[in-house]
Amino acid sequence: MAQMTMIQAITDALRTELKNDENVLVFGEDVGQNGGVFRATEGLQAEFGEDRVFDTPLAESGIGGLAIGLSTQGFRPVPEIQFFGFVYEVMDSISGQMARMRYRSGNTMHAPVTIRSPFGGGVHTPEMHADSLEGLMAQQPGLKVVIPSNPYDAKGLLISSIRDNDPVIFLEHMKLYRSFRDEVPEEAYEVELGKAKVAREGNDVTLIAYGAMVQASVKAAEELEKDGVSAEVVDLRTISPLDIDTIVESVKKTGRVVVVQEAQRQAGIASQIVAEIQERAILHLEAPVLRVAAPDTVYAFTQAEEVWLPNHNDIVEKVNDVINF
Amino acid sequence: MTKHTELGLSEEEVLDMYRIMLTARRVDERMWLLNRAGKIPFVVSCQGQEVQQVAASFALNREKDYTAPYYRDVGVVLALGMSIKELMLQAFAKAEDPNSGGRQMPGHFGSRKLRMLTGSSPVTTQVPHAVGVGLACQMNNDDAIAFVTLGEGSSNQGDFHEGANFAAVHKLPVIIMVENNQYAISVALNEQVACEKISDRAIGYGMHGETVDGNDPFAVYRSVKQAADRAREGSGPTLIEAVSYRLTPHSSDDDDRTYRSEEEVKQAKEKDGLISFREYLIAHNILTEENEKEMEQTIKSLIDEATDYADAAPYASPDTLFDGVYQ
Ligand SMILES: Cc1ncc(C[n+]2csc(CCOP(=O)(O)OP(=O)(O)O)c2C)c(N)n1
Ligand SMILES: [Mg+2]
Repeated sequence: MAQMTMIQAITDALRTELKNDENVLVFGEDVGQNGGVFRATEGLQAEFGEDRVFDTPLAESGIGGLAIGLSTQGFRPVPEIQFFGFVYEVMDSISGQMARMRYRSGNTMHAPVTIRSPFGGGVHTPEMHADSLEGLMAQQPGLKVVIPSNPYDAKGLLISSIRDNDPVIFLEHMKLYRSFRDEVPEEAYEVELGKAKVAREGNDVTLIAYGAMVQASVKAAEELEKDGVSAEVVDLRTISPLDIDTIVESVKKTGRVVVVQEAQRQAGIASQIVAEIQERAILHLEAPVLRVAAPDTVYAFTQAEEVWLPNHNDIVEKVNDVINF
Repeated sequence: MTKHTELGLSEEEVLDMYRIMLTARRVDERMWLLNRAGKIPFVVSCQGQEVQQVAASFALNREKDYTAPYYRDVGVVLALGMSIKELMLQAFAKAEDPNSGGRQMPGHFGSRKLRMLTGSSPVTTQVPHAVGVGLACQMNNDDAIAFVTLGEGSSNQGDFHEGANFAAVHKLPVIIMVENNQYAISVALNEQVACEKISDRAIGYGMHGETVDGNDPFAVYRSVKQAADRAREGSGPTLIEAVSYRLTPHSSDDDDRTYRSEEEVKQAKEKDGLISFREYLIAHNILTEENEKEMEQTIKSLIDEATDYADAAPYASPDTLFDGVYQ
């Protein structure tokens, strides 16, 4: 097995699927000769040719529409949106069109598209380049929204996304691209979509997180351990559809929950999870379910990023609140 | 008649144009040094486009007209009155930066005082904004016009089409100048568009269109001046394509060796409009050894001063995070 960073695991997943299925196509702005502005598609055009890995004009709405047309004819497009902040340019293609092809056509057409895009804060890129917009996507029925937290999952989840017969929004947290390495198998493997993973077992409190907040939660759990608090960390991996069963099972065990998201507080995934928990497991709760989230402002300017982004200290604080309730 | 007198430009005016072009170049060069020294996070360059930017700005009424520049337009914003100090404050992303108080990336210009719309990262959004300003001018019987710029790659966005079409339908006082520098990051012109000239698109909108050599200040000035005259007299918008070359990598985060040859860049540097304009000014005795030396020294000391000031200026406090989200 090789040691890979998350971005290497992503390139590896793309290579694996380009090899495995001739209908897989990779395209977007600067993904060809340049290998992507983050180098996620490095070497792929040279290996698979310009017909399968190509640059598009600078026009996101067109990229999304093109993917839909191709996908109805048996191709499996894997377009890249250079930064997820630019998804607004392609919102209709995604939420108005791609997500609804199957429903509208009475199940006679579908759009097996996987849109990859970098997002997330903590790397000193300002607003529009760092925003967490997964909530917009999760609100649209017909889309699946996948957010890996580590290299192993990234490869397996991306392969599963490409093979899935419905459109998947695959979001890659920029801070995780090169921050650590994992053992990543060289062969193709899948990590099931819609399945959360217990990243760390514990008995006193459940931390529910995804993306870069999984690491922050694990770090918080390690701190809490020193104070004798045993925290379980659930890594959602897919935020739509949510793996309610895994969440509820953990809640029943611990009775206390903190949900963590990097996105602004209002109308985020965390709110949805809180609602699901109180509908399904209220009698198992020992305290209100609390959230850790960013403040409701536009993404912070660089000097305020540290203050703005949720971190392990914020999580520890909320855990103490639910423990001492 | 000389080229400049033919256009009604005085010696002072052409010298001033050159001074601002040179200032833009020197500011940009300094920013790269500051970036490489770890002082500023990011640079996106004007190098290779200063001539068209400044010449076009001089053809506007700089006391009255509205602009919506894009991130490479150091020449435009200097010509409109932004100071070197203000440029440095935005490069350092300091609280005092009048563009966005350090909230945006460098190169995202905007100034209420200078009638310059605030720009943002998603390319081409400024085109329909400028068209809206043009409509406001028309509705207010204001004889000001709206001047908007963008890259050639950005002209493929839907916003370009929607803005241009509306402007033409309502004969709005708008000038859209596409700064064609041959690349959109790594993607070369021929992979971006199939038409011979970006200005060919004007026909489809029913507006006047023309392509000019962006390295020729007189050609650009003439084209923008005529467009401004047409706009002011109610004859509607113009699409101008100014052709030059991006002399630097896309930004300080880009390595252009992966997609273009050093030979190509070298050849483009020989055609740098700043060089030919300088030669023109020397040939006409407008630029002399003395005033050139003085000009360079003045620019350098202004840049030094601005750099020190911006470097020492405070960042915005995290306490201000909620400012400007709502009223
Ligand atoms: C909507 C959107 N998509 C992608 C980007 C990323 N991006 C920034 S500049 C750029 C290329 C722009 O090329 P062009 O319009 O030719 O302008 P130039 O930079 O060459 O002056 C890209 C793709 C962006 N800023 N906005
Ligand atoms: Mg360009």
